[in-house]
Amino acid sequence: MISLAPPASLTQHVTPLDAGSHVIAAAWPGGVPALALAGGAVMLGLPGLQRRIDIHGGAGLLVAASTPGRLVTGGGDGRVCSLGATGEPAEIHRDPKGSWIDALAASPTGSVAWSIGKRVTACDDKGRLKTIELSSTAQGLAWFPKGYRLAIARYNGASLWFPNTQTLPEFLEWKGAHLDVSISADGRFVVTSMQELALHGWRLPAKPTEKVAHMRMSGYPAKSRSFSWSHDGMWLATSGADAVIIWPFQGDGPMGKAPRECGVRRARVSQVTFHPGAYVIAAGYDDGCIMLLRMTDASELVARHATRGSAITALGWDKTGRHLLFGCEDGAAGLLALPT
Amino acid sequence: MTDKIPVTVLTGYLGAGKTTLLNRILSEPHGKRYAVIVNEFGEIGIDNDLVVGADEEVFEMNNGCICCTVRGDLIRIIDGLMKRKGKFDAIIVETTGLADPAPVAQTFFMDQDVGDRARLDAVVTVADAKWLTERLKDAPEAKNQIAFADVIILNKTDLVTPAELDAVEATIRAINPAAKLHRTTKCALPIADVLDRNAFDLDRILDIEPDFLEEGHHHHHAEDIRSMSFEIRGDVDPDKFMPWIQDLTQVKGGDILRCKGILAFRNEPKRFVFQGVHMILDGDLQRDWRKDETRVSRAVFIGRNLDREEIRKGFFATAA
Repeated sequence: MISLAPPASLTQHVTPLDAGSHVIAAAWPGGVPALALAGGAVMLGLPGLQRRIDIHGGAGLLVAASTPGRLVTGGGDGRVCSLGATGEPAEIHRDPKGSWIDALAASPTGSVAWSIGKRVTACDDKGRLKTIELSSTAQGLAWFPKGYRLAIARYNGASLWFPNTQTLPEFLEWKGAHLDVSISADGRFVVTSMQELALHGWRLPAKPTEKVAHMRMSGYPAKSRSFSWSHDGMWLATSGADAVIIWPFQGDGPMGKAPRECGVRRARVSQVTFHPGAYVIAAGYDDGCIMLLRMTDASELVARHATRGSAITALGWDKTGRHLLFGCEDGAAGLLALPT
Repeated sequence: MTDKIPVTVLTGYLGAGKTTLLNRILSEPHGKRYAVIVNEFGEIGIDNDLVVGADEEVFEMNNGCICCTVRGDLIRIIDGLMKRKGKFDAIIVETTGLADPAPVAQTFFMDQDVGDRARLDAVVTVADAKWLTERLKDAPEAKNQIAFADVIILNKTDLVTPAELDAVEATIRAINPAAKLHRTTKCALPIADVLDRNAFDLDRILDIEPDFLEEGHHHHHAEDIRSMSFEIRGDVDPDKFMPWIQDLTQVKGGDILRCKGILAFRNEPKRFVFQGVHMILDGDLQRDWRKDETRVSRAVFIGRNLDREEIRKGFFATAA
């Protein structure tokens, strides 16, 4: 659908924030806005009340993962830390060599996992560590919903690992370099982004007689590095094109079905996140624009106008879906409060 | 001007002196800040927040052809470093002695995220004057590193006689006539000879030394990697040259390690400069031919199993 009128604007409802460094993640630990910053710190607190908490120092903050209760960060200092609403950072792990933490995942159940090169470590809610060594570098991590099983994106496929059992990881094979990984809320689908400008999905068998089914989702002009599932798990919104590409996951998944597209613009979508309770997607673009897109009628609202050199690098809704926190490549950030 | 971060790739066989060079670069007071990607932690005698360990993981893209390999670890690390822009001026990538430089170089052309933000400045190869000749016989990696280099540092020259040194330089030249070569002991040379070379920048590509381009200047036929250079005294026809070079690099891309050239296109006042890594070809019109320059078209090919006569005929057939 082509809309002739410019999109209605929400920009007057945005409070700008100065994060001062490339924003890695926008999260709401314990309901408090938090921006994880590449410079090594986390900026925590409502506008006007923010504190800057240095966590990784000059070595930088590389990766972040969030749950409703906390923000977990991994740094260039080899440390994995956790931060709650109070802003007291707790060290979960420290690599003795200070190697970069490459990938990180946190589950609402309290499990955390991180990787350094080929070595993946899982930490359960009681602080017990389990480690495996893979034959290739772990590029991306994601916990299954219950927090017992970890998906690891890697070269030529994804490994599924139960850290608390002795069994070897199951290997889902698909040729190519897999980067990020995400699991559907029902645990049936494993989806990876690939160096080859595609997504790959596996539908896991519901019973032993079934086989793993493959889903190839291609046609992206750039790597798709941001995914988000709808609140009901029926749709997966993805970045990497000049529109948000939304794959249908009802029933057997997207095989043989065309994706939906929303928010077509002359810029590349860099971040996507579904509203926690509605078919509304917040989309950030590499030209700095943010749009709210309603899937049901394709209506669009602009939340931030394009801003040169200020590509959107992080988006996060609060639990209620009334506030959207965002951050950018150049350290600009903001908090959108939806009018009630 | 580009604001892409320059990346210098430092290669060289085991023990040639890469770490010596790296330590020299990092400890000299040049006022520049470097992020360093190393293959082994702890060898660098300098405290730097931006020293990153690499695992040299090669991704084969598509059908596993050598021309479509990239370094997955570099893509990830450069992505991480670029989020901290302003903390450093340039990146140095040190490879292990056994690394193939092709996937490293190709990463800067094949991965869009890397190519948008960083540019390959030069491949610098450190070679051991005493042992290089031996290594070229038994280690294919050593030969690749020489063939790929834009700058060659012929190190440990104090351990050989002048005659031996000339012989090893001639061997290097048989493989790679286009690189800048420096003779050193303990890698002592001005840092400006190594960094910020713009060897891959089409503006300043190749100072091919004319005597290496003369026909007949090729020895060491026994080498499986060899170079060949050709000169047409005059213009070439772009309508003939472009399809020819594209076809050549597609068909022989696996065997062509590097190619470079400066061409005079018919009716074109600007110089056309091209360079390639395996199948990847990059070319553009650059500055005008100066009044005091003769319009000549030159090309260099470095590779394995290349049929000199076939390439020569093909190139000369593009003459305008």
